[in-house]
Amino acid sequence: MEFLMCIIVGILFASAVYLILSKSLLRIIIGTGLLSHGAHLLLLTMSGLKTGAAPVLSDNVTSYTDPLPQALVLTAIVISFGVTAFFLVLAYRTYQELGTDNMEEMRGTESHD
Amino acid sequence: MSLLHLAIVLPFLAAVFIPFLFKGLRNIHTGWFVLLVPLLLFIYFVQYLPVTRDGETVTKTLEWIPSLGINFIAHVDGLGLLFAMLITGIGALVVLYSIYYLAKEKEALHNFYVYLLMFMGAMLGVVLSDNLIVLYMFWEFTSISSFLLIGYWYDRERSRYGAQKSMLITVFGGLSMLGGIVLLYLMGNTFSIQELIGLSDVLITDPLFIPALILILLGAFTKSAQFPFHIWLPDAMEAPTPVSAYLHSATMVKAGIYLVARMSPVFAESGLWLWLVAGFGIFTLFWGSFNAVKQTDLKAILAYSTISQLGLIMSLLGVGAAALHYDYLDDNIYMVATIAAVFHLINHATFKGSLFMMAGIVDHETGTRDIRKLGGLVNLMPITFTIAIIGSFSMAGLPPFNGFLSKEMFLTGMLSVLELDLFNLNTWGILFPVIAWIASVFTFVYSLKLVFKTFLGKPQFDQLPKKPHEAPIGMLISPLVLISMVVLFGFFPNLLSNSMIKPAVEAILPSLVDAGQEVDVHIYFWHGFQPELFMTLGIILFGIVLYSTLAKWQGVYNRIPERFTLNGLYDRGLARSESGGYRLTSGVMTGFMRTYLVYIFSFFTAILLSTLIIKEGIVYDTSGLAAIQSYEVILALVLVAGAVTILFAKSRLTSIVALGVVGYSVALFFVLFRAPDLALTQLVIETVTVALFLLCFYHLPEISRKEERMRFRFGNAVLSVLVGATMTLIALSAFSQRSDESISQYHIDNVYELAAGGNMVNVILVDFRGFDTLFEICVLGVGALGIYAMVRYRTARSENE
Repeated sequence: MEFLMCIIVGILFASAVYLILSKSLLRIIIGTGLLSHGAHLLLLTMSGLKTGAAPVLSDNVTSYTDPLPQALVLTAIVISFGVTAFFLVLAYRTYQELGTDNMEEMRGTESHD
Repeated sequence: MSLLHLAIVLPFLAAVFIPFLFKGLRNIHTGWFVLLVPLLLFIYFVQYLPVTRDGETVTKTLEWIPSLGINFIAHVDGLGLLFAMLITGIGALVVLYSIYYLAKEKEALHNFYVYLLMFMGAMLGVVLSDNLIVLYMFWEFTSISSFLLIGYWYDRERSRYGAQKSMLITVFGGLSMLGGIVLLYLMGNTFSIQELIGLSDVLITDPLFIPALILILLGAFTKSAQFPFHIWLPDAMEAPTPVSAYLHSATMVKAGIYLVARMSPVFAESGLWLWLVAGFGIFTLFWGSFNAVKQTDLKAILAYSTISQLGLIMSLLGVGAAALHYDYLDDNIYMVATIAAVFHLINHATFKGSLFMMAGIVDHETGTRDIRKLGGLVNLMPITFTIAIIGSFSMAGLPPFNGFLSKEMFLTGMLSVLELDLFNLNTWGILFPVIAWIASVFTFVYSLKLVFKTFLGKPQFDQLPKKPHEAPIGMLISPLVLISMVVLFGFFPNLLSNSMIKPAVEAILPSLVDAGQEVDVHIYFWHGFQPELFMTLGIILFGIVLYSTLAKWQGVYNRIPERFTLNGLYDRGLARSESGGYRLTSGVMTGFMRTYLVYIFSFFTAILLSTLIIKEGIVYDTSGLAAIQSYEVILALVLVAGAVTILFAKSRLTSIVALGVVGYSVALFFVLFRAPDLALTQLVIETVTVALFLLCFYHLPEISRKEERMRFRFGNAVLSVLVGATMTLIALSAFSQRSDESISQYHIDNVYELAAGGNMVNVILVDFRGFDTLFEICVLGVGALGIYAMVRYRTARSENE
């Protein structure tokens, strides 16, 4: 299972990077979304998978899965949502102001160098 | 914090108040307040004279960064005290002189005196610090204050050029010196000079010894304007004349001399040290005096003369190192070179200081420093003339002034090279007295030129911008004090010998003192009919001949084309490095986000992959893996299919939906991995995210719903696959090797007792790591504010439309 997850993490990262390197703003934002999915799965995989019951205290269970990575990932999910939302509105406003969502056209002008 | 430390930083503390005094009390020249600082310090340092005369030293330690071995150790010995007295004594005279030189109505005095005080404190720090790192810090402070003072009239183009040049060259040297200091630390494991001196026998056998020696010398040579780094000093003459007198002749440029003298006990046993210091010194002596003759600006003559005199002192220090190899002699005659170096250091400060002030007076009262326009000032400015002639004759080495005494000793020192039989000096050593003699002839010529072309000859007052007259008495006090010292030390040199020169020489050659040798300082006029006397007579004779035929042979200077001069080399080097830097930057910084991301990702993969390979981190451990169910494989396939769909999607809607598919699959994986909280959160967040995406991009009619399919880019694909592979490798090696047990057992054990909760993930978030969550909420709040601002406010442009 861990091996499978490692491969998935790699694929997620690879597609995320490919999208981030593209010209379209929307694809870049989708890329960052994929990147965070990859990172979350990576964190969980590192700690070992299915090593016990869900980390909710109950009387007849002795072994739980590691709760710490889960807490980390939970924080990360929320933060990555905040970032995605911010990016989306930024892209939306950029399009409204500049009339394009193509990164190649958004280069600073020569006078800004 | 002892009184000694306080004395060193006093100028810095005083500098804080200068701007307020300048703004608050505009009627009083700010210089009068500043004058108190060097006067107080001078009186304070005089009290140390009896201490060092008895061969004692004073060391006070103030802990700064003890864990790194960096402490502010103030160390007063003969050498440091000599410099401290020069710095404060000449400093007081220069400040007094500047009060009359710089008008309080016109000049930005608060800037000037802040820089000057900063320099004074930095210089005291350099000569009184025992810790090399502290010394280096103060050393760079002197470079910075020198830069600021040269550029004091920053609206002049030449001032800015000179300031930049001096900064580039001296800071280059300073950084080399820092390298040398670090090497010394690696060898001796200490930054303290006194401790390094104790280790000098061990250090000399270390392979790093030679690099350290060369790097330290680079620092000293750039600071003391030794060939070929001397080119900054003439351009530094753009500074106001008090600054030239103080920094660029009497004190700062002698910091390099100080460093060589101070480090002599560490390095001087080495033959390389002797050859480099003496060789560069003697050539600088010649080159400076040779070039001084062709100058027509009073201050330029003095600048080249300073370069040459610094070379003289440097060569004496180099030759003086030979004395270390003769510690068995009863009467070590080679010490005379070091004694002469210290004596000439004092003399040079007196006569050159007064000459610079003289040049300032001439400039101030006539409006020009060009000796082609000057002449015949003797009747109008008799006192200034007296200063000039005594100073010049002392510089030329004529009796009965102090310059004569040290020049004779210099010749003795150079002649002693002939008797040395080490480091090949018996074959090449003959060059030293010969070059010394030639350089002295040129010194004689420019000294005559300096005084005669200015004050004698045909008056041509109509060419002068101002009507010349004698300077006000206040301006004359400082040069008169200095010039009376020239005469006083000329007649009574032994005033200095035991009080100042001997302790300083003992500090430069401590191993000889330890070997039981007596530093015997005897300075006298009449040596009998020795070679030195005939050399001096020859200098005067040839000097007069060359001076009177100056017009005939001056053309020789124009033989060197501008292209090949060091200045030309410097200017072209600077211009090339600027244009090259610009080309490099514009090549790398394309302005495309994509380019920068490529840099970031490539660097990231390179660094991670190489670390994994070098540290042999790629391990795959198959024990204790979780089992795979068939539905898990299907879920994984769905997830991958979603990700790949995005890559090939033609429409925005497809990509957004595919992103949703990936998100929901991840949520399902969370369920499988026994993480119910994550699964719930992920489901909610994914739904909201997809809604947001649709809102922003799908429901905007202006944007076409369809988008061009991404064109395949090979470079991007390779990079992406590399990043992906790196992450897979990291994930594999991360779960395959554990160095420690997970710390979460603490949370599992205490979740109920400490936090009274059953859901561990929730308890960690809101209790154990509550602050993290608080800050996370802050981040989201800031994000929300940003989003609100972007949606709510339009730019001015769109409102106008």
